[in-house]
Amino acid sequence: MIMDSLTPYLLLSAGLFCTGLMGVLLRRNIIIMLAGVELMLNAANINFVAFWRFHPSSEEVSGLAMVVFAIAIAAAEAAVGLALAISIYRHYRSTNPENMGDLKG
Amino acid sequence: MSLFFTITALITMASAIAAMTLRNLVHCVLCLTVTFAGIALVFLQLGAEFIGFSQILVYIGAVSILMLFALLMTRGGTELTLKRWDPVHWITGTLIGIAGFGVMSFAIFNSSLRQSKIPEAKADSLHALGNSLLSQYVLPLEVMALLLTVALIGAALIALPEKKVFRRNASFSKNQESGNK
Repeated sequence: MIMDSLTPYLLLSAGLFCTGLMGVLLRRNIIIMLAGVELMLNAANINFVAFWRFHPSSEEVSGLAMVVFAIAIAAAEAAVGLALAISIYRHYRSTNPENMGDLKG
Repeated sequence: MSLFFTITALITMASAIAAMTLRNLVHCVLCLTVTFAGIALVFLQLGAEFIGFSQILVYIGAVSILMLFALLMTRGGTELTLKRWDPVHWITGTLIGIAGFGVMSFAIFNSSLRQSKIPEAKADSLHALGNSLLSQYVLPLEVMALLLTVALIGAALIALPEKKVFRRNASFSKNQESGNK
């Protein structure tokens, strides 16, 4: 069931991270950009869990603890970010970040 | 090569790419849900049951539904500005993504971590995790609880209708002006 090498997990994680990065760079909708950020956080979590699994000691659970904290913080970030998106939409009637240039110098 | 992992990884990557490129935003969020499910499957394969089920509960159950709600409350449907399709923008973004992946895979293939062998199955990881969360990581756990409370209140406050704030500010400045006069 499990791969006996760390490389495939790291490659999957790198691929997901770069997909999320491309989503943040390419899309013109703040909600989808937030989805890209969530994808990048998830890619980092895969790395944490893979390194935990390949650690020789069975008492070491720092990797899992980090993932628990990362999931909680990502949930809080999503809630606040989407509330901001709704608030910005009420103000500008748009979710395109290019239309939000009021403070641009 | 483990066939199960290969299938999971392919589905996860394909749905992630679809989530970041599809034009219908509702389809994007639904593809993102498939990606989250694939990541949960990877966690379960790695033997992190608690993390896998938390991933299903938090991401598939809460975050994607939250995103769908936010999408439908803002406009939903399609991205209007995609009509103004800018090839230079897309090519640059894709090149940056591919370059980042290239650098990362170069680092992965050249690191000594490739030789790391998988140890015997981890026994009772949930028990050890619970013990360490309530002993070694008890302060971060409490801070995280505080953070979630603050985020809950803050999200509700930010999403309040804007009019109330404006009215209060307007009456405040009016009072100030009359006070100055």
